[in-house]
Amino acid sequence: MADTAVPAPAPSLLTRTRLRMPWLVVLAVAWIVLMVLTAIFADWLRPHDITRMNLSVRLAPLGTPGHWLGTDELGRDVLSRLIQSIRVSLVIAFGSTILSAAFGTTLGFLAAQFRGWVEHLVMALADFQAALPFMIMSLAVLAFFGSSMVLLVCLMGFYGWERYARIARGLAISASAQGYAAAVVQLGAKPSRVYLRHILPNVASTLIVSTTLTFPEIILMESGLSFLGLGVQPPESSLGNMVGFGREYLTRAPWIMLAPSAVIVMTTLSISLLGDWLRDRLDPTIR
Amino acid sequence: MSPLLEARGLVQQYTSGKSLFGKPDIVRAVDGIDLTVTRGEVLGIVGESGSGKSTLGRMLLGLETPFSGEVLYHGQPMPAPRTEQWRRLRAQMQLIFQDPLAALDRRMTIAAQIAEPLEIHGLAKGAEVTDRVAALMARVGLRRDQADRYPHELSGGQRQRVVIARALATNPGFLVCDEPVSALDVSIQAQVVNLLRDLQEQDGLTMVFISHDLKVVRNICDRVAVMYLGRVVEEAPSDSIFAEPRHPYTQALVSSIPLAGQGLEGRIILRGEPPNPAARPSGCAFHPRCRFADASCTVQVPPLENHGGRLAACLKLPRAPRLAA
Repeated sequence: MADTAVPAPAPSLLTRTRLRMPWLVVLAVAWIVLMVLTAIFADWLRPHDITRMNLSVRLAPLGTPGHWLGTDELGRDVLSRLIQSIRVSLVIAFGSTILSAAFGTTLGFLAAQFRGWVEHLVMALADFQAALPFMIMSLAVLAFFGSSMVLLVCLMGFYGWERYARIARGLAISASAQGYAAAVVQLGAKPSRVYLRHILPNVASTLIVSTTLTFPEIILMESGLSFLGLGVQPPESSLGNMVGFGREYLTRAPWIMLAPSAVIVMTTLSISLLGDWLRDRLDPTIR
Repeated sequence: MSPLLEARGLVQQYTSGKSLFGKPDIVRAVDGIDLTVTRGEVLGIVGESGSGKSTLGRMLLGLETPFSGEVLYHGQPMPAPRTEQWRRLRAQMQLIFQDPLAALDRRMTIAAQIAEPLEIHGLAKGAEVTDRVAALMARVGLRRDQADRYPHELSGGQRQRVVIARALATNPGFLVCDEPVSALDVSIQAQVVNLLRDLQEQDGLTMVFISHDLKVVRNICDRVAVMYLGRVVEEAPSDSIFAEPRHPYTQALVSSIPLAGQGLEGRIILRGEPPNPAARPSGCAFHPRCRFADASCTVQVPPLENHGGRLAACLKLPRAPRLAA
């Protein structure tokens, strides 16, 4: 600290971490790649079938030969279930985050472009979404329509869209009012070009940060729903589902719960680190 | 000379301070302006801030729809903003901005930005785009190796050159420069003004040059219109307006041009409030600050009249003494 000039606004903890240790980002990327590969090749990686019970080796501890992460109360292999859970949870989390970001940003841009009643409608919907406890709404929808993977992804896709909509609208309006966007409109560009080629890249950094916040929240939300029995249904398993069912054996067999918890923590942390780094990389003025 | 652009009775007003029960304040930024711009001419628009110069410029370009009055380009009325027809017309009329850094997208290289109008209007494809961009950059005095730079890596003058190159990419017939040099260093101002002048002479561009800087206007303009509170108070060829200003406001403006080695003696110093369009004085809007104003000026609005081949709006004009040169 003594030999380097400290810039006036203190950079965030993550930013400082990245500047000092870029390998942290490498680790984060490596972890995410590992998770994605695990999700893709889950069928080949699983040592056992996720529903195969072996009552003679119930609650086997970590390091048991053949069951390196132990077994659960029905003698099912935790490692196999973990691999399957990663696939399910990642599909839900990635699918929903992308859906939520795309939906929110599109509505925000529409509001900024058309103003008037379109803007009022979008903002009213956003307020409605923000005011309504999402958990209650999901419970109602899932209880009514039953649980399926597609429904779950779509439902989670509504989580957090109002944040993207507000951010995108605000940034697009300020961009159009002065500066580069107005200049491009003045050149005769169509709104699609103005929004996709100019405003979107310029506001992407803010949206990416928002995405890195939404992603962990969606994983946790899905965990919560699964824990309540309305998310992913047994015998299928997700990370939250595993944590939920492992809770009962927390004192006797903590490995059932710890393995999926560790994966949740590592994945959300990696996404945050990667997002922070990506935001800086995407900005040519900080390069 | 046929008129390229004609403005008839342009009025623009904005509503502000709309409280629940109060009467909304109506601000007339531009209050009845008639202008003609002939082909190949550079018309200067001069005035203090708040006099409606920029609003007028935006209406001439069709970026804003006037509250009343109309703008005719090639004798055709201006299409409504953001329609297909309006977008096509953008290729023929361009704006040069006051703040080049704000007008450029900081995430795109300057070559990509100069190429944008070509792509938008489908004027060039593939390698032709690269060639055209290189030619444009050379014309405005940018180096070839600067093509892949980002706006924040250039100096203020270079950024303004990028904006000019982008504006010229479609070979527009009409250009509005809205205070193009006021955000630049004095040393750079002359370069950019000379560049604009060279480009104007080479292409015979028709330009409207908005500025509060009389030195710059005198340098580049053929004809000058002086604005005060949304109205033109005097309009005349550049040479005569600077040599012999008629309207008391123009006289004060011209006498404010700094001359080397001369102090304040002999200058007309304007007193009173700077113009506020929300509280327009009665009669002649300039009367609270005018040296010659009397009771009649507070009542009667002076029309823009022909005084020996020049237009001026002052009741006292026949008696107003000429400014000692």
